[in-house]
This record gives sequence, structure tokens and C-alpha cells, in this order.
Amino acid sequence: MKSYFALLIMGLITNNFVLSKFLGICPFLGVSKKLDTAVGMSTAVVIVMCIATAVTYPINVLLVRKDMEYLQTVVFILVIAALVQMIEMFLKKYVKSLYKALGIYLPLITTNCAVLGVVLLNVQNGYNFGQSMMNSFAGGMGFMLAMVMFSGVRKKLESCDVPEFFKGLPITLIAASLTSLSFVGFAGIVEGMGLSV
Amino acid sequence: MAEKKKINYGKEFSKGILKQNPVLRLVLGTCPTLAVTTSVSNAIGMGIAATIVLVCSNIVISALRKVIPDKVRIPAYIVIIAAFVSMIQMLVKAYIPALNKALGVYLPLIVVNCIILGRAEAFASKNPVLASACDGLGMGIGFLTTEFLMGTVREIIGAGTWFAGIQDLLVIFGNNPLGGWNGFDFTEGLAKTGLAPITLFILPCGGFFVFGVLMACANKLADKKHLPKAEKVGCASCPMAENCNIKSGGNCEKPAAAVKGEAE
Repeated sequence: MKSYFALLIMGLITNNFVLSKFLGICPFLGVSKKLDTAVGMSTAVVIVMCIATAVTYPINVLLVRKDMEYLQTVVFILVIAALVQMIEMFLKKYVKSLYKALGIYLPLITTNCAVLGVVLLNVQNGYNFGQSMMNSFAGGMGFMLAMVMFSGVRKKLESCDVPEFFKGLPITLIAASLTSLSFVGFAGIVEGMGLSV
Repeated sequence: MAEKKKINYGKEFSKGILKQNPVLRLVLGTCPTLAVTTSVSNAIGMGIAATIVLVCSNIVISALRKVIPDKVRIPAYIVIIAAFVSMIQMLVKAYIPALNKALGVYLPLIVVNCIILGRAEAFASKNPVLASACDGLGMGIGFLTTEFLMGTVREIIGAGTWFAGIQDLLVIFGNNPLGGWNGFDFTEGLAKTGLAPITLFILPCGGFFVFGVLMACANKLADKKHLPKAEKVGCASCPMAENCNIKSGGNCEKPAAAVKGEAE
């Protein structure tokens, strides 16, 4: 139980996907301008991450059993791409309201490195099924936390007087740097609480 | 047949290095740029790996551009790219194990590096093989150069070294290829003057900061040549543009409201 809590804290704060692992930077910079788009995108990411982990875990077990680990990258990216397409089709047909809210973000998720990243990290760290699911969920929630926080920062940024050549992305990156710096303060929190994975 | 457009190979090659630098101008491939540039050696390793994948996948995709059906081209591109990435991953694992360890999960993540899929979609799928290879090489070197710059700034300020661990990277050329030279070390000299490296720069926050400043510099240079500022716009570079139901000319923000407006 302890290890699950540690994974949650790590995914949310100390090993935040965006701010300390640099996974999913493109949507982080692209879709974090407004709160509602930030929430929509990150909800879609959380859902896809969890489903992708649930699907790829048994596939990986099979690959390992057949001695075909070298196919992991190819198989995982294909599974994720197919999965995203299926989720989109399913939502379009059966859950119209959710499709309207998340639909536009789904195609962008295939090439989101956070999704492939979490699946590969689960394999590399040798997590079991429960730990993998927790890691994906925590990673997704961490992504959401970063996106939501950062959309607030960006709103403030809009009304700032920024030097000409820093306008736009450069100042956004520097704001991201400061947001990331604030997360450095949490380093060691997991060990400090006597938790380990 | 319509007359063939003359292709300037030199131009296809050189545009990726400065004018359309994938990282600083097109804002693609930001994740590896930030993640692996804690040292120059890692940055070079990543840059070379990505360049090889980019050139190979550009060549294959361009050669197959008339065979791949339009509707399934994105999955087809992904498979081709993933195959090359797996090959590189296995080679690196076998010959440069230290690099494999240093790059970790970011090595297989070259698959989703948007530079590669972006170039496949924007260039290789429309141009002949040789031009695509030049484009891939140029873009790859542009990526490598930016990685190198970021790595240099971050390693010197953050760790007080330069090219540290280059031996691990050159292990393929036999033992001790540089006569035992393993990078510059400024830490002792710095310590004499009472200074210490600013570790913050090799932490994630330093990555964002250096990238922001570099991009501002690139904007300044671009402005001198009257080029537009780097912005996260451009469905041209987005691999999902065709499947994407956001037809907004690159602003992935506006459509959310537009879609909602339609729904209401």
C-alpha cells in the first residue's frame, strides 16, 4: 500500500511528468493558454494513459514470454495509436457529450510522448500491474496539475510587459522554468516520509 | 508529365540548420531537447541518434510515398519510424551501453519526436528520395546543433565541465580514442576563485530557462532578417493536421470555443 502512495506523490509532485521529466511538453506549451482547454486536454491524457497501460501490460508479458522485447517500441506505439482511434470512435457513437468535450484533443494524443513514455517507464522500472496503473494515473494527474497551474500563470503573463524578443514562447518557457523550480522544493519528500517504491 | 521542379539540394539541406531550425524556429522536438541536454555528450548522442532515424525514415517514406495509401499514412509512417528507432536502440544498447543508460526512456521516445513525423508529413511524403534525405540530414543537424548549444550552456554553468563523459560515447572507436582526454573540467579552477557551478542549470528548471533564453536570441536574430517570430503555430508541422478536426490554421486554442459554439 505504501508503495502506491509513494507512486502517487512521485507522479504528482517530485517526478512530475511535465516539469521534471519533460514528457508532454508540446501540449503543455500548446494547449495551456486557457483553463478549460488545459482541463480538457489533460483529462483526455489521464484516460488514454490509464487505458493504454491496462492494454499494454498483458501485451508486454506476452512479448517477454516470447523473447521479443525488442519489439516493445513498435508494438506499444501501434497499440496506442489504435487505441486512441478506438476511444475516439467509441465516444463519438456512445458518449456524445464527452466526445464534444474531449474529441478534439484525442488525435493529438497519439504523438504525445507522455503516453508512450509512461508505458515504457512502467516496463523499464519493472512495475507490476497495480503499480503500473497507479504510476499512469499519478503521471496523468501530475500532467493535469502542471497544465492547470500553468494556465493560471500564463493568464497573468498575458498582462505583463515583456521585452520584445521574449514575447510569446520564450517568456512562457521561462515561466515554466520558475514553475518547475517551485517543484524542486518538494525533492526528497518521498524519502522523507519513509516511503519507497 | 508536368515539368519537373528543379531541386536545390544544398538549399534543402541548409534550411534546417538556421532558417527553419526545427527546435528554435519550428518548435518541434522540445521534449528531448530539454530532457537530455544536461551534458554535451548526451546531447550529441541524442542528436546523432535522432539524425540517423530522421534521414533513414525520410528516405524510406519518400521512396514509398506513392505506395502508401493516403488514409493510413500516419500509422504507416509511425511503423517505419518505430522500426528505425528500434534498430538504433538495439545498436546503442550493444555498442554504447553508457549512452543507453544516460538517455534511458528518451531513446525509444524518438518515435514520437515530432520533428521526425513532422518532416515525414511535411516533406518526405511530397518530395523525391534524394531531396528528402537532404532535408532529413539538414533538419537532423539543426537539431543536433541546438542540442549541442543547450548542452554546452547547461553543462558549463550547471556542472562546471564540458564534454564530460565523451569517452563513453566514443567507446565504439576502441579504447581511449582521444588519448585519455575525457572533457574539460573547470570545477577546480572555479573553486579557487570561490565559485561553484550552479546546479540549478542541470535540473529541469534550468532546461526550461536556457531554452527560453536561446529562443529569445533566435527571435532577435530572425528579426534582423525580417523573419517571423517562433510560435507554436503551424499545422504544417503538426503530424495530426489531416486527421485533426481543428481547421484553424494552427491555433489549437480557438477551435475549442468554436466547436462548443456549434454545439450550442
